[in-house]
Amino acid sequence: MSWILSGLLLLPVVGALFILLLPGETEATKRNARWIALFATLITFGLSLVAWGRFNPAEPGFQLLEEHDWFSHVILYKLGVDGISMPFVLLTTFLMPISIAASWTIENRVKEYMIAFLVLETLMIGVFVALDLVLFYLFFEGGLIPMFLIIGIWGHKNRVYAAFKFFLYTFTGSVLMLLAIMAMYWTAGTTDITVLLKTAFAPKMQTWLWLGFFASFAVKLPMWPVHTWLPDAHVEAPTAGSVILAAILLKMGGYGFIRFSLPMFPDASVYFTPLVYALSVIAIIYTSLVALAQENMKKLVAYSSVAHMGFVTMGIFAANTQGVQGAVYQMISHGLVSGALFLCVGVVYDRTHSLEIADYGGLVQRMPLYALAFMLFTLANVGLPGTSGFIGEFLTLIGTFQANNLVAFYASFGLILSAAYALYLYRRVIFGVIEKASLMTIVDLVPREIATLLPLGLLVVFYGVHPQPIIDASAASIDSLLKSFGEAITATKTAGL
Amino acid sequence: MHETALSLPVVLPEAVLALGTLALVLYGALRGERAYNLVTEISVALLGVVFILLIAKNRPMGITFYGSFADDAFTRFMSGLALIGSLVTLLLSLEFMRSERIAGFEFPVLILLSTLGMLMLISANDFIALYLGLELMSLALYVIAAYRRNDLRATEAGLKYFVLGALSSGMLLYGASLIYGYSGSVSFTAVASAVHDHSRIGVLFGLVFVLAGLAFKISAVPFHMWTPDVYEGAPTPVTTFFASAPKIAAMAVLVRVAFIAFPGITNDWRQILTFVSIASMALGAFAAIGQTNFKRLMAYSSIGHMGFALVGLAAGTVEGAQSVIVYMAIYVVMTLGTFAAILSMRRDGKAVETISDLAGLARTDSTMAFFLATMMFSLAGVPPLAGFFAKFYVFAAAIKADLYGLSVIGVLASAVGAYYYLRIVKLMYFDEPGKAFDRPGVVVRSVLAISALLIIVFMFAPSPLTNAAMAAAQSLF
Repeated sequence: MSWILSGLLLLPVVGALFILLLPGETEATKRNARWIALFATLITFGLSLVAWGRFNPAEPGFQLLEEHDWFSHVILYKLGVDGISMPFVLLTTFLMPISIAASWTIENRVKEYMIAFLVLETLMIGVFVALDLVLFYLFFEGGLIPMFLIIGIWGHKNRVYAAFKFFLYTFTGSVLMLLAIMAMYWTAGTTDITVLLKTAFAPKMQTWLWLGFFASFAVKLPMWPVHTWLPDAHVEAPTAGSVILAAILLKMGGYGFIRFSLPMFPDASVYFTPLVYALSVIAIIYTSLVALAQENMKKLVAYSSVAHMGFVTMGIFAANTQGVQGAVYQMISHGLVSGALFLCVGVVYDRTHSLEIADYGGLVQRMPLYALAFMLFTLANVGLPGTSGFIGEFLTLIGTFQANNLVAFYASFGLILSAAYALYLYRRVIFGVIEKASLMTIVDLVPREIATLLPLGLLVVFYGVHPQPIIDASAASIDSLLKSFGEAITATKTAGL
Repeated sequence: MHETALSLPVVLPEAVLALGTLALVLYGALRGERAYNLVTEISVALLGVVFILLIAKNRPMGITFYGSFADDAFTRFMSGLALIGSLVTLLLSLEFMRSERIAGFEFPVLILLSTLGMLMLISANDFIALYLGLELMSLALYVIAAYRRNDLRATEAGLKYFVLGALSSGMLLYGASLIYGYSGSVSFTAVASAVHDHSRIGVLFGLVFVLAGLAFKISAVPFHMWTPDVYEGAPTPVTTFFASAPKIAAMAVLVRVAFIAFPGITNDWRQILTFVSIASMALGAFAAIGQTNFKRLMAYSSIGHMGFALVGLAAGTVEGAQSVIVYMAIYVVMTLGTFAAILSMRRDGKAVETISDLAGLARTDSTMAFFLATMMFSLAGVPPLAGFFAKFYVFAAAIKADLYGLSVIGVLASAVGAYYYLRIVKLMYFDEPGKAFDRPGVVVRSVLAISALLIIVFMFAPSPLTNAAMAAAQSLF
């Protein structure tokens, strides 16, 4: 019995409790709250590295298992990681200290802010390590509370609307998944994910269960046409909130598709593949075009996220090694890149308090370092070879091409469009001459900002030229997933004949 | 189960409560208005004693009074809940009644009488005992609804409640007489053996009237009309009482009638309850959106919650019964906690009730805001709070019984309902603060704190509640 994963869940909460004990709202309290939060997230990151060290990538099954009875043998407290969830755990713990550091400039209700983020970290890690469906649901839905508060309290002008939209969209999608979970429980007699992965549900039932899960994950990911909460939430959220939202919360949807929809409902997945393809292609092309027309920087990055998630769904439902591998890679890479882009937007927002593209221009004159960092992440977002963004998009396209070359053909237009909107944004913000009076005295990156952007930049380049670590970590699990997926499909076909 | 003609140990809690209440009436009548404090305190102690007697392990269970009074695990669980509701209501009322200058010794005595009626109602095992218990409970409720007799809204509420309540009692009585006429008995067990799928249509008519009468008491749609007015018009401690204990008693007797008296025609009552449940959930979710008065909002909220509890009953299985019991237990904690928060809303010595008074509470009283926000998230059914597990159990039971349509409508209604609970969180956390509330008394604060903590820690230790609820549910089958 291991304790590491429980430790990962516990550490951020312990940090939150310490912050809760800080008295009043003085300057000293604020400073202490920030440092405690930073240390708690750093220790959590350290522990997740220990977990990674003990993790054996050659082993396809779940590792570092923990299991306790809960709710009189109905619901289990069962944790574990495999090659698919391990990268997401690391992504989460890696981005949290960066988000905390990026929140250093928050002056309003610092204690509550840090507590909300730490609780959110526990819930996010929980989503990726839970091996019981109800436990998974608790973490998945529980994250709504802190995120609702983060957007609503520390957000910008239209924050209340965005917070409600975020909450109600996700909540509505998820309750349908809850019903599917219950139906699975009564059929299989357990909510233990490891058992459910081996349970063959009747094809007709799979259809309904798949739709229940789809309702939740499609909203979370988000897929077109239920993506409209995302631009609002991103624009209104504080910088670190946007980072977490784009980098981790969205990935829960893709993770859910890989973890549940594909292996548990293989027949339904095949049946609905055309639907997913269609929605993915629409997401890639349509939202890219929408991104092209945006006047708000955060909104533009948000729409580009929807487009990139289109590649993820497309790759997952191509249901071959390259597709699923590419989807995982794309999610990790997008987590780093979109997180970094929101940090970049946050840097200038902190200085000028504007998100409008028209309020900028010529920043390269006064902020060369910033221009460099922004350039790197913009190109990674476009998917330039040599950055991590390329590997993910390339793999998903190869995978999809094998399964359905028409879909891959349409999706490849997304690459061109992403170059168009990303470079157009870059040109309008960075190049040109400084005309605005507000930009005359703008200062370049300060050391704290460099510290937040540098690790992301290094990883984006590192994983762009050396993708093997992530691919090796997840290969065994993905292979075994696809093997049982293929067997299930063949079994149904044979039974049908 | 062991059946006796007359057994004092079985009815000991009820007997103690009845005698104690009579003694308090006498004492209060002799001492007049000054007796309020002492009578209330003794009443709380009395309810505590009755609670201990009720759950005492060595007291025998059984059916007594010639089959009309059943004391089983279900009775004990639900009676215990009702007692907790009454006891906490009395504690919460102390300060309010004094500061509003409506402290009279009749109030605690009426609560006690009503509670006695509830205990009889919950243990009723035939229609006569059911009616007697229901009337004893209701008569006391009619009076306390109009307890603030100089207040126009309160008297209107009381009158409305009385007229509609009398009508529903009449319907229930009429239904019981029809059932008696067609089955030849008033005893639940005898009715059960006489009523089956091929029974005469008269039995069904009787069933519909009985269910309508009981639906009125739990304020399920379409018998909910009185609820918003009474909740808003009555003094807040009275509303607290209305929202907690009587709901439990009426829901308990509904469960007992359904499972003990009519197990042979489950499909017939399931249809009725499914409709009532859907209507209640939908109305509770949509009608609450426009409310500005917190008490009125809680009225619609409770209508919705009764709809959710009925989802479990409509399942018609032992899991369904268990889920209703779990739901009611968690509902009571959430309701008492929320009303404790409403009772803490006093500014310059006067009670305020609109939700906009909560604006910016997170700045002026962050502890209270945190606890109330916990209540709201739990009422909305957001995991990992207890309110989620309450909904989880009822919908799991409904899914097992293949009630997919009901479940889908139910969870969507809960998503709509989440909006107005979130609105209160929004007011407290996102908006700019107004003038701070007066510091509430220690009792009110502790009730709020304890219920919020129970709601939070439930996930760590769910087994005591779920196991006890399962034992209670099994005693019905």
